[in-house]
Amino acid sequence: MFEYAPAPESRDIVDIKPSYGLFIDGEFVDGTGAPFKTINPATEETLAEVATASGEDVDRAVRAARKAFGVWSAMPGSERAKYLFRIARIIQERSRELAVLETLDNGKPIREARDVDLPLVAAHFFYYAGWADKLDYAGYGPGPKPLGVAGQVIPWNFPLLMLAWKIAPALACGNTVVLKPAETTPLTALLFAEICRQAELPPGVVNIVTGAGETGAAVVNHPDVNKVAFTGSTEVGRLIARSVAGSGKKVTLELGGKAANVVFDDAAIDQAVEGIVNGIFFNQGHVCCAGSRLLVQESIAEELLESLKRRLSLLRLGDPMDKNTDIGAINSSAQLARVRELSDIGEAEGAERWSPACALPERGFWFPPTIFTGVAQSHRIARDEVFGPVLAMLTFRTPAEAVEKANNTPYGLSAGVWTEKGSRILWMADRLRAGVVWANTFNKFDPASPFGGYKESGYGREGGRHGLEAYLDV
Amino acid sequence: MTSSLADVASSNATLRAFLHGLPGVDRVGADQRAATLGTRSIKTTAKAAAIDLAIRMVDLTTLEGADTPGKVRAMCAKAVHPDPGDPSVPKVAAVCVYPDLVAQAVESLGDSGVKVASVATAFPSGRSSLDVKVADTALAVAAGAAEIDMVIDRGAFLAGDYLKVFEEITAIKAACGEAHLKVILETGELATYDNVRRASWLAMMAGGDFIKTSTGKVQPAATPSVTLIMLEAVRDFLAATGRKVGVKPAGGIRTTKDAIKMLVLVNETAGEDWLHPDWFRLGASTLLNDLLMQRQKMATGRYAGSDYFTLD
Repeated sequence: MFEYAPAPESRDIVDIKPSYGLFIDGEFVDGTGAPFKTINPATEETLAEVATASGEDVDRAVRAARKAFGVWSAMPGSERAKYLFRIARIIQERSRELAVLETLDNGKPIREARDVDLPLVAAHFFYYAGWADKLDYAGYGPGPKPLGVAGQVIPWNFPLLMLAWKIAPALACGNTVVLKPAETTPLTALLFAEICRQAELPPGVVNIVTGAGETGAAVVNHPDVNKVAFTGSTEVGRLIARSVAGSGKKVTLELGGKAANVVFDDAAIDQAVEGIVNGIFFNQGHVCCAGSRLLVQESIAEELLESLKRRLSLLRLGDPMDKNTDIGAINSSAQLARVRELSDIGEAEGAERWSPACALPERGFWFPPTIFTGVAQSHRIARDEVFGPVLAMLTFRTPAEAVEKANNTPYGLSAGVWTEKGSRILWMADRLRAGVVWANTFNKFDPASPFGGYKESGYGREGGRHGLEAYLDV
Repeated sequence: MTSSLADVASSNATLRAFLHGLPGVDRVGADQRAATLGTRSIKTTAKAAAIDLAIRMVDLTTLEGADTPGKVRAMCAKAVHPDPGDPSVPKVAAVCVYPDLVAQAVESLGDSGVKVASVATAFPSGRSSLDVKVADTALAVAAGAAEIDMVIDRGAFLAGDYLKVFEEITAIKAACGEAHLKVILETGELATYDNVRRASWLAMMAGGDFIKTSTGKVQPAATPSVTLIMLEAVRDFLAATGRKVGVKPAGGIRTTKDAIKMLVLVNETAGEDWLHPDWFRLGASTLLNDLLMQRQKMATGRYAGSDYFTLD
C-alpha cells in the first residue's frame, strides 16, 4: 500500500484578524449594518467577523469611487498600467498567503487555489495592465472613454479570480469600482484591499463593501453607478436585469450553466476521462461552466463509464489544506442542501446514482463525487444547475443528435468536444450554442480569451479584448 | 494471450489495423495529467516508505564502452550493500550490464538475491540482423543473465513494419528461455505518444515481460508522460488479456523526487499492484546515491556531504 501521509499546507503564513471592516476611500472603516461571521466550510470554524455595508455605507463607497474617478480616468493609461502591474506583482509575491486564505474561506483544495486560482488572478492583472495604454488600438476608435463607477457583485466559487475578472479590466479602462464579494467568502477580497494600499493605489479607485444580498442590491441599484457587472445565479441575474432596466446603466451578467461535455467514440479515452473529471469535479463542481452533462457516444458508453468509475475511486476527498486533496468542501450548508436535494430528485426520477467508496469528514460540508447514469433529457439533473460534484451521463448516437441534446438547455455558457478528428471539432463548434467550446480539454482559462454566455447564461464577455467593451463607453 | 489477440499478429495489415485502432493519446492532456500527479506531496512516513521501495526497484546500471570487470565488481558490491554504514538499507533489484560482463556480475553477486540483467540485441541502436540479435541474447543468457533488456527495431516500427518488430521480440523471447524479457521501446525515437502506446501493445502482445522506456542513450528518455502512457497500457493489457506486464522507466531519473513521482504515477495509474520490484523497476545509475542521501536525511534530520556516499 502506498498511503500518502498528511501533507498539510501551513496556515501560519496568513494572519486572519478577528474582525474586518469595509474598504472605502482607501481606508478600512466600520460598517453600519449588523456584522456577520465567515466560516471555514471544511471545519465550520469561525474565521472572522465581517462588517455589513448598509445602504449608507454603499453610498459612501460610491461617492468615494465617483471622486476618485476624476483622478483615475484623467491619468494617462501608461500610469494606470503601472499600478496594475504593481498589483499583479504583489499578488504573485503574496500568492501563497492568498491561496491559503482562499482555501480556508472557500473550502477548495489548496492545490487548486495554489496552481489554478492564484496564477490566473495574477495573469489577469498582468494582461489588463498591458491594455491600459493601448485602448486606442482595441478596435473602438481613438480615445475610448471609461464609463465611470462600476458596481460589481461576485460569487463565492472563485472569490479572488472573479474579483480579478471584474476589477482588472475596469481599472485598465479608467473606471473606479465598488465591489461586493460573496458573503461566504469575503476574506481574500479584503486582503486584496490591503494589496491596493500596498500598491499605493489612489484612494477610492477600489472600494470593497461586504454583506449579503441587500448590500449587493444597494450596489446595483445605486443611482450614481454607471455600470453593473454580476457573476452568479441566473435567478439573481434576472432580478438585476429587471431592476436596472431603463436606468441607462451598462450591464454584464455571467450566470449559470449546464454544459455538455461531448465524447465521441474516437476520442483519446484516457485524456477524455481526465477532462470529464476536471470538467465536473474541479472546485467541487462549483463552476458555472462545469461540464455537468456528459454526452457519450453510445458505442463506448459502457467502457467509458468503467474508466470513469476507476478514476473517481482515485479522487482524494478531505482536508482542503492537504496538498494531496482533490475534492474539498462544499462552500456552505445552503449549497450542500441544494446539491443533496437535486441528487435525491435524480434518484427519484429513476436515474442510477453512483459514488466511489469515500469517507466524508464528520464536521464541515461534504458531498462525494457522484455520477448519475441512465439520465434522460427530461430529468431535472440533466436540466437544473446543481453547482456541485454531480455528473449526469447521457448517451447519443450521431453527431447531429449530440448537438441537438447539447443545445437543448436554457443555458449556453460552455461545452466540450472530445474527438481525435479535427474536422468534427470545427463542425461541432459551429453548431454548439455556447460561449466557450473546449476541444479535447475542459475548464481551461486564459485572460486573453473572452468568456461569457448565450441565453440564460448571461450577456457580455469578460476577458480578452472583448472584455474591454464592457468597461468602455462604446 | 487471448486467441483473438493472437490472430492480430497474423500479418502486417492485421497488426496495423489493431494498433491503429487503439484509442489515441492527446499529448496536451497526457502531459497535464503527468504534471498534476507530479505535484503530489509525499512526506514523512510516506516518503520514507517510498525511498525504500524505490531502492528495491533500482536496476543499477552501467552501459559504457569503458566498462571493465573492476567497474562491474564495484557496482555489484554497491548493489548488495548500497550504504555500507547502514545495514537497514535494502538491496537493489538488479544490476544491468552489457552481455560480455554478465559472467563477472553473476560471480560478484553470488547468492545475494540481486539479479543480473543484460542489455542485448545490438543495444542501443538495434541495427543488426535477427541472427546476431539472437546470438547476442543467447550469449547473455548462457553467462547467467536472469533478465534481458532488448531494444526494438525502431526503424522497422517507424517504417510501419510492425510484423518485423513483433517477430523479432518473439524470437528474442524464445532465446531468453527462463530469463525475463524487458522490451525497450526507445520512446525518444518513437516521438509521438500514439506510437508509444502502439509500441507498448506490440511488445506486450509479442510476449515481453516488461516494457521499458529507453536505452538511456537517447533524449528525451523516461519522462513522466511516456511512463504514464506505458502504465495505462499495462493496465489495459491486463484487463484485455489477463496477463500482467511490468514497466521500467530508464534514463534521466536522477533524484529522489523524480523517483517518487514515478511511484505516484504507478499508484494512480496502473495501481498499487504494480508497486513491487517484480512489476516496476527504475533504470538508473546516479539515482541510488540521491535516494541514500534522502534516506539518511529522513533518519538523522541532516544532509551529509556527497563524500559520505560511495561512488562506484
